[in-house]
Amino acid sequence: MATTEATPATQKGTEGTESTALRTRPSVTGRDKPRRRPLAHIALIGFGLLMLYPLIWMLASSFKPTPDIFTEPGLLPSDPTLNNYTAGWSALGQPFSQYLINSAIVVAGAIAGNLLACSMAAYAFARLNFPLKKLWFAIMLGSIMLPIHVVIVPQYILFSQADLINTFWPLILPKLLATDGFFVFLMVQFIRGLPRELDEAARIDGCGHWGIFTRVILPLSTPALATTAIFTFIWTWNDFFSQLIFLTDPEMYTVPVALRTFVDATSQTPWGPVFAMSMVSLGPIFGFFLAGQRYLVRGIATTGLK
Amino acid sequence: MLVTDEPQVPSESPPVATRRTRRWPFRPNLPSLGEGKVAYLFLTPWFLGLLLITLGPILASAYLSFTDYSLIGAPEWTGGDNYERMLSDPRFFQSLKVTFTYVFVSVPLQLAFALALALVLDKGVRGLAFYRSAYYLPSLLGASVAVAILWRQIFGSNGLINTTLGAIGFDNLPGWVSTPDYALGTLIVLNVWTFGAPMVIFLAGLRQIPRMYYEAASVDGAGRLRQFVTITLPLLSPIIFFNLVLQTISAFQTFTQSFIVSGGTGGPADSTLFYTLYLYQRGFGNFDMGYASALAWVLLLIVGGLTAVNFLASKYWVFYGDD
Repeated sequence: MATTEATPATQKGTEGTESTALRTRPSVTGRDKPRRRPLAHIALIGFGLLMLYPLIWMLASSFKPTPDIFTEPGLLPSDPTLNNYTAGWSALGQPFSQYLINSAIVVAGAIAGNLLACSMAAYAFARLNFPLKKLWFAIMLGSIMLPIHVVIVPQYILFSQADLINTFWPLILPKLLATDGFFVFLMVQFIRGLPRELDEAARIDGCGHWGIFTRVILPLSTPALATTAIFTFIWTWNDFFSQLIFLTDPEMYTVPVALRTFVDATSQTPWGPVFAMSMVSLGPIFGFFLAGQRYLVRGIATTGLK
Repeated sequence: MLVTDEPQVPSESPPVATRRTRRWPFRPNLPSLGEGKVAYLFLTPWFLGLLLITLGPILASAYLSFTDYSLIGAPEWTGGDNYERMLSDPRFFQSLKVTFTYVFVSVPLQLAFALALALVLDKGVRGLAFYRSAYYLPSLLGASVAVAILWRQIFGSNGLINTTLGAIGFDNLPGWVSTPDYALGTLIVLNVWTFGAPMVIFLAGLRQIPRMYYEAASVDGAGRLRQFVTITLPLLSPIIFFNLVLQTISAFQTFTQSFIVSGGTGGPADSTLFYTLYLYQRGFGNFDMGYASALAWVLLLIVGGLTAVNFLASKYWVFYGDD
């Protein structure tokens, strides 16, 4: 008996305590509880639909011929067609697959870089003692707040002198150099929570710091690494500013930069194909969101990422 | 009593150490290095990043802001000219006005929505995870070019808003994104739409507040509003502060939305000329790198200053437990 009652409250935390709290507050909540709940649900669902309606509408519109988008009031296409997708795919200079591949290369490089470089830096901050540690840690925290716009001009000059404009290096190299302080901080927090006894055990078994890092810390940090990978994916996939600046050759365009040329170059925007390709560009984010919700919610709850 | 749950725990920890304990055949002689040196080895990529990508460029742009430089030839020292030009540059002041309006209107609105929804969801609604995800989704998509394009259509003269309003009898509706008085408003709506991220943080914060405080208060006869003002708000104030700092900084850096909705111009009539967009136009449209660097430094000072003000002001309203 005791166990069945105790575990939900301790493991599931809020849900358990909330329901008991509600039960012990009859004078406040008991009166209107039965009536309030369904109303609350209707309000929440209604509000959620209102919020998601633009996205649902864009999805529905991507299956309508362009003129219908403006004249057909309902969501469901009366004349569903995939033409927008085929037209949009080849509407720009390159087939859209080229932009998807370019984006995928940038994203893969960014994820690899952030996972490796940020976890190495985090190991040093979380586990090792070294001179000026506090100063460097403060600088790392400060760098989280640094807008990229402040450093973009010198970065551009640096990369253009190294002849790296219109390559993916200006987008990947910063990640290989652990400049996303968010993720260093996230992993420092996570590694600090791992028991030091495990490090000691590995040391006794003959591991050096690199061994402890790769065989103990990294395998145990999977949740933090997953959060880092998912956020890096979403941010890099969405990133527009730096990709706009560093990629000017249409063959090197990533998805956001290519999408922008749709509304930029043509005076009359072909909304059907634009919506279709916009849906294609949002698809991967949506997929990662569904797959990684657990890590996303944990990530923002612990560090406030967006 | 809880013993039945225990046995799982010890079985998890040992394998890490015992799985593969054989020594590396070519293990470098690491133990001879001091811990400090090892730490600096682990931090090598980060230090290189500091030098090349973050701190180095900050210092470089400080120097460039006192020069005239267009990527061709060498930077030419011009003293404080760039800063003087700024003082007589109406578009610089316009971009400040647009950005400050955006930050000071959209961030409080966004946080108010986030807090309100978090309070409703915290009351123990069934299907909390579902609602949380649905409200959170726009935060992930809000910064994308695709959603900015969607916004441009929705608030266009023939867009979703106007066709919907037209269907219920309104006419003579303006094109919201092409009217200077409303264009910035559409971007504020877009930012408020992404309230999901701070909402999730508020939810996590609300869960930390012990329920017994509310029980005690209701025994003492405190109503809901009173409980909210005297318990929830003070105990949540560090989280509110945290969200405020983060969202202010991120709102200050808005670029994609205004770039896409205005087609890169900041129009109509510079009404969506965000600071970052102006910096982009000067640096990468006119290749006036000296002036762009000066703008970058002013941005750094503003963001740093606002954060400092936030921290100083927090002493008067953020409650960190008993002192």
